[in-house]
Amino acid sequence: MFSFFVIPFCLGVVALLVISILKYYHWIKQFDRKQQALVRRNILSWKFVPALWEMFRECLLHWRITKHHVLLGYMHRSLAFGWFLLIVVGFVQAMVAYPEGHHFYVAIFFNYFEPRSTVSGSAAMPFLAHLMDALLLYVFSGLTLAILKRFWSKPLGMKRTTRHNLTDRVAKGALWCIFPLRLLAEGATASIYGNGGFLVLAMGRLMQQIGMADPIVEYQFWMLYSLALGIFFTLMPFTRYMHIFTEVFLIYFRKMGLRDSNTKSGYTLFELSACSRCGICIDGCPINRELNITDIQGVYLLKAIRNKDVYNRIEDISKMCMVCGRCSTECPVGIDLEPIRRQVRAEHVKEIDRTEGYQYLKSVHSFNAVGRVAYFGGCMSHLTPSITHAMEQIFEAAGQSYWHMDGEGTLCCGRPLMQQGLVKQAEELRNLNRRIIKKSNATMLVTSCPICYQTFLHDYKLDIPVLHHSQYIDMLIQRGKIKIEPSGKRVTYHDPCELGRGCGVYEEPRHVVAAAATLLPTQEERAKSLCCGFNLGNTSIDSNQQTPIRDAALRNLLDPNPDLIATACPMCKKALTHANRVAVEDIAEIVAKQIKK
Amino acid sequence: MNRFGFQISTARSIDLDRADAKLRQRLLEAVPSYRYCIGCGGCTATCSAGAFTDFNIRKTHFLFSRGEVDKLSPTPMPDVDLNKCMLCGKCTLVCPRGVNTRGLIMQMRQLLVNKQS
Repeated sequence: MFSFFVIPFCLGVVALLVISILKYYHWIKQFDRKQQALVRRNILSWKFVPALWEMFRECLLHWRITKHHVLLGYMHRSLAFGWFLLIVVGFVQAMVAYPEGHHFYVAIFFNYFEPRSTVSGSAAMPFLAHLMDALLLYVFSGLTLAILKRFWSKPLGMKRTTRHNLTDRVAKGALWCIFPLRLLAEGATASIYGNGGFLVLAMGRLMQQIGMADPIVEYQFWMLYSLALGIFFTLMPFTRYMHIFTEVFLIYFRKMGLRDSNTKSGYTLFELSACSRCGICIDGCPINRELNITDIQGVYLLKAIRNKDVYNRIEDISKMCMVCGRCSTECPVGIDLEPIRRQVRAEHVKEIDRTEGYQYLKSVHSFNAVGRVAYFGGCMSHLTPSITHAMEQIFEAAGQSYWHMDGEGTLCCGRPLMQQGLVKQAEELRNLNRRIIKKSNATMLVTSCPICYQTFLHDYKLDIPVLHHSQYIDMLIQRGKIKIEPSGKRVTYHDPCELGRGCGVYEEPRHVVAAAATLLPTQEERAKSLCCGFNLGNTSIDSNQQTPIRDAALRNLLDPNPDLIATACPMCKKALTHANRVAVEDIAEIVAKQIKK
Repeated sequence: MNRFGFQISTARSIDLDRADAKLRQRLLEAVPSYRYCIGCGGCTATCSAGAFTDFNIRKTHFLFSRGEVDKLSPTPMPDVDLNKCMLCGKCTLVCPRGVNTRGLIMQMRQLLVNKQS
């Protein structure tokens, strides 16, 4: 069983397999030591089971996209799951028809090679043919939505879509052609033999009526279908469609515990190709929403790195970002964009990343704080002394002895340096701070600044508990160490990026606010909260660009008409206080005022 | 410790033949908001590193934009003083003119290193 039209398809499949295997081999070889060790340890572990479930849920059903927007999820699901089932049922058809075995392409071009199956084949054949047609219809519904999205994306929940380059567009064209061409090819066969399910048969009748029931026409449609498949498969490894297979691997590696390191590794290469360039990261980005800068979002960063764009362009893209983390929480593939951005930034600042500057911090003495809580206000709390003062009151009310670690001079936690890719300098600063904390023998570290909290929690690896003051106050209230009298004020709470999306602390500050006042919900909160515009992640933004971002966050907070805005970050407080008719207070201040004496 | 205040400055002159105006130009291109600096010194007063050392941003960016780069560092490493900055961002928040001081520091360091190599 052979016809010349199967050649483009077969060549495409061979090209896809060879190039993909070479690429994956090349990437796996670039895993760093830690990643290699994790793969070796976990490759045959039970982690395969949850990975398999996630692969099914995300690669085929597109569950996270569905949660983002139902119709958009339906579009992706119908194309991915629909096509997958078409292939599977196609193989079932071929297996039923040829129990003794067949060439693999027979399953793809089944109706051509076995035109009499629905008429004289086994009893299951008509059912399978109808099923195939139903699946094709399912794919068509997704295809229609995809074409609609190309011209009018709003009904699918997207204000902006990604701008693709030429190869991506050619591959997309080939993909869009595959399914109509399949229907036409099967219809042409049906016009001669009268086979196929409800859809194909109807198509066949139509083609018969307009005089297309001709073996030459039939052959040409099958050739076009095969060509579309061949072109798509050949282009796949070089376009965004590489995500189809790469996401499967990425999910497995992530389940094994692999994460991005400070330099570009094999895992990063998998992440780069797992990005489907769906563009969901664009709409949430504050730089897009408020400044209309639409070429720096996660999708364009990954695209620029993968396509090896001009050095300066990658630098500009990587720098113009607030590091608010909104894109990473919305990414349906779960790509962590912050470390990738940091890698690019580090590449561009490696000449100035030298460690000789912070020797002066060696003169900072530690303090014997046995049995005390070490309180780290953070740099910004020096500009908002009301927060540290409120914390001191709370410590005293709870009868907890404390040591204000950065009360005299400001020590930086190192995260601002880390965000800029100054990795070595950040490490030096961390080592100096770690020494001070260890020497003090404090029982717990409480910090008022979410930026510090994030790095103390994730990068310091301290052997004492690290708490943000919202968590600490929540703990004091629950243990009855402090009693609070609710004030009755109506309060909206602003989620700081670093605390919410960065560390997943959403509930504790809300408990605290709800204990001291009446908490009002806002439109965009928790993981969808808006950046205050003053996040330290961006050193190339100007203040006139920061203010629109801040104003958007304020509009959201002022919408329920509150008496007071609460936040849990000295930086956000400072940012939101300016140009605002409603007072802004840190949750520590709110609590300190309401403590029952 | 940086003693910020209004001391009497010693008389000094700028040798315009030796001053390198290109650096200022490049700095302004990279950080346009530097144009608005009025030299109030708020950044230096609040500086976290300045509380421990004699690191002085105002002095540094003045020397830099006047092209007197050789006065910036006692060692051959031109940005050794700027290296003390922890990028904590207090200077940016207190700046009354909205100058992107952190961007300024990053750019100055980069330009100094580029100039040397």
